[in-house]
Amino acid sequence: MEFFRKKTSYPFMARRRAWYVVSALVILGSLAALGIRGINFGIDFTGGVVLEMNFPQPANLEQVRGSLEKAGFGNAVVQSFGTSRDVLVRMLPEEGVDNNALGNKVLAAIRTDNPGVELRRTEVVGGQVGSELAEKGALAVLFTFFFILLYVWMRFQWKLGVGAILAALHDPIVILGFFAVTQMTFDLPALAAILAVIGYSLNDTVVVFDRIRERFLSMRKGTPREVMDASINETLSRTIMTSSTTMLTVLALLFFGGEILRGFSTALTIGIVVGTYSSIYIASALALDLKLSARDMLPVQKEKDAVDDMP
Amino acid sequence: MHSYPAWKIWLVVIVLLVGTVLALPNVFGEAPALQLSRNDRTAVTETQLQQVVGTLQAKGVAVDGSYVEGDRLVLRFDDVGTRLQARDVVQSAGNEYLVALSDVPRTPGWMRKLGLKPMSLGLDLRGGVYFMYEVDAKGAVKQLLTSMESDYRTLLRKERIPFIGVTSDGVDTVKISLRSGEDAQQVTNLLRKQDPNLVLNTDTLGEGGAVTVQLSPTQVKQRQDFAIQQNITTLRNRVDELGVTEPIVARQGIDRIVVQLPGVQDPNEALRVLGATATLEFRLVDPDGDVALADRTKRAPLGSKLYYSREGQPVLLKREIIVSGEQLTDASSGFSQGEPSVNVTLDARGASKMLETTRQNLGRPMAVVFIEKKRVAEGQPCKGTRSGNECTEEEVINIATIRGVFSSNFQITGVMANEARELALLLRAGSLAAPLYIVEQRTVGPSLGADNIARGMQALVIGMLVTFVFMAVYYLGFGMVANVVLVTNVVLLAALLSMLQASLSLPGIAGIVLTVGMAVDANILIFERIREELRNGVSPHAAIGAGYEKAFSSIADANVTTLIAGIVLFTFGTGPVRGFAVVLSLGIITSMFTALVVSRVLIYLLWDRKRKLERLSIGMGY
Repeated sequence: MEFFRKKTSYPFMARRRAWYVVSALVILGSLAALGIRGINFGIDFTGGVVLEMNFPQPANLEQVRGSLEKAGFGNAVVQSFGTSRDVLVRMLPEEGVDNNALGNKVLAAIRTDNPGVELRRTEVVGGQVGSELAEKGALAVLFTFFFILLYVWMRFQWKLGVGAILAALHDPIVILGFFAVTQMTFDLPALAAILAVIGYSLNDTVVVFDRIRERFLSMRKGTPREVMDASINETLSRTIMTSSTTMLTVLALLFFGGEILRGFSTALTIGIVVGTYSSIYIASALALDLKLSARDMLPVQKEKDAVDDMP
Repeated sequence: MHSYPAWKIWLVVIVLLVGTVLALPNVFGEAPALQLSRNDRTAVTETQLQQVVGTLQAKGVAVDGSYVEGDRLVLRFDDVGTRLQARDVVQSAGNEYLVALSDVPRTPGWMRKLGLKPMSLGLDLRGGVYFMYEVDAKGAVKQLLTSMESDYRTLLRKERIPFIGVTSDGVDTVKISLRSGEDAQQVTNLLRKQDPNLVLNTDTLGEGGAVTVQLSPTQVKQRQDFAIQQNITTLRNRVDELGVTEPIVARQGIDRIVVQLPGVQDPNEALRVLGATATLEFRLVDPDGDVALADRTKRAPLGSKLYYSREGQPVLLKREIIVSGEQLTDASSGFSQGEPSVNVTLDARGASKMLETTRQNLGRPMAVVFIEKKRVAEGQPCKGTRSGNECTEEEVINIATIRGVFSSNFQITGVMANEARELALLLRAGSLAAPLYIVEQRTVGPSLGADNIARGMQALVIGMLVTFVFMAVYYLGFGMVANVVLVTNVVLLAALLSMLQASLSLPGIAGIVLTVGMAVDANILIFERIREELRNGVSPHAAIGAGYEKAFSSIADANVTTLIAGIVLFTFGTGPVRGFAVVLSLGIITSMFTALVVSRVLIYLLWDRKRKLERLSIGMGY
């Protein structure tokens, strides 16, 4: 079996303008969703109380809501969690209330109508801690970008660097857009997945760039567009193979990893798709439109020598 | 034919052997166990181990394994039922030991002696509770100021200097108001003698004089740091008293303390003991004051303080504390004349103070005050005095006439049996130097932990199987090599995680699954390069060499970017996310090694060393 027995020669760069439009629409759509609906942040970031319970029989969510309302917890969010017997109750923190006691009271309220309920997990995060975690998360994303930028800048020509960074920016925005549209809970593991996606997407980009750099030096006669197309085609088999194996394992996580990892595996699944796409249609295409040429690939020492030679 | 340096082959063999041995403890699983630690806090000896095992065997309880680990004696059993039987036997044999239930790895003795351990599981995988406390640093300074206040009062009385009052502003100053301005200089000298570093301001204007003592910012900070350290020590002691195995108590950031208690199911019980601020004070009863008047007006005469007993009776006690909780070195609960009691031991300073007081006050009554500080929310009732969110309840639990002179050892009665036990525990573990409150709490039940492991493992196995099939079909023989390499990668990763004892969380397992998917990337890059060389008509031997050589820079570049993300995540992440970062970063290192070195050795041994190599099994059509 083989995807590409012969050398492929798809003209990737020819259609790049069309894909720019697609990318722009997706980004705008994501930003709009973020602006309009916003992200449904988990209690890791907002603070609050989460109780996960296991019912002896399929849970009647309406009844659970009723029990909570009776006890004065009308603002609690009740949802099923994975199976029909698992229920998640989520509440935002209230000022001046002992969150710990709150968890106990909520459980007691539910147990009045469903005595057999087993408490599987509780999380109480103070509002202060939540905003700190959010702040740390944002800093982590910024630092990741900073260090990767530094690395790409040292390792590659700046035109490639610009492409790589814009591609790496593209991926988290699309993932966040997805979370905004679906209103899926965005928690700490999901944030970790986004950082992993940034790393993964660059990994893909860097492999293509390595080949572009190599090809510019060996295909002296080719136009930049030909060189880029050749490089992408030559690495296509690898790109598809790696994306497939990674995708398969991530799908295993999505389907078998359980509800707690849902946000994490969803973010990764989307990330692998858009990460692969962005390496080709954003990173490489932008470098081409920045007029990347063989001259950019030559060592830069000459200029320095010239300066040294000045009287 | 390629020759390949023999030392590289040996290096791979050695690394894989060591890795396998290090990873091996993970395959034995866990067994229910009891962990016994001695109540007198001495280490369990080999003889005592034989004794306990002997007792159990005499009662017909089968012990699967027993050994001493640290100060504790670990007893392993085949099932949970036997463990409960054993616990009953141990507990009915006397209260020599503190018994804790836990699960321990079923690792054979020789591995344990070599120090080999399985991966340590995070709370989300084994169940347990996680607390994050914030230390009220301002409260710590306030406490210092309060004790300075009472020290100065005692000092002024001793030196017979008349004063109007000593008050602190609760932030950083204590003001001593004197009756006469002429005494100010004397007071300043006295205070300087006590502590030359004090910042003193003298004010002789007006009628009387005043001396203000101000803490410098460094002193304030020192006090706060001290309070946090002291709180960590106290929490550690209390956790030890709870009998939890492998607890973690660690400082985080400037004023936070993280406590992790694996296996603990009821966070409320743990919370109560860890956060309790109960302590005792001993004071003399003020015999002259008018109790009824004081109760009516809620104002105590000078030098006394109004208290109430448990039954609600008002009592006037002298302001001066004879001995307080900090001067207790040991406490245990027991019974005295049929009543529950706390037997306490005082340190040298407390003992001499107690000796002096009892000698001078024979026949007079002395009171024991039970003080508890709680954090209460807005609107919640507080029976005692309230300051902000802090509620201090003080109760007189016992008034007894001093019948004889005593110093370091005595008993206190007037408490209920469970209170006596808890009070003894708290007195033993020391008091908290500053109020604590909870800012984060996570509890994972044991069934959820087990489910999480099962789910994670299922995803890992399925992910690996799919990858195996994919690689084998696409790259045939070379694909099989990549699969073997993938297994060695997971083994080495498990070995590193076991060795470092970094705690594995559910996101950590997810990280292993992700690593499996990404680790084959390096081999894919190499194999694709080899195919390309073959297509260009290069000989198989040369193609292998060129494939590894030319793919290297791409592999290195590609992995560095993910490593950067992993390291940043490790720096900023907490808890389970940090576990993911560790796995991601270590996975990159092991996958680089296995994909570049181990696969090279395997391919050399399988094909490359053959003299005649017409074609490579690297996919159909090659």
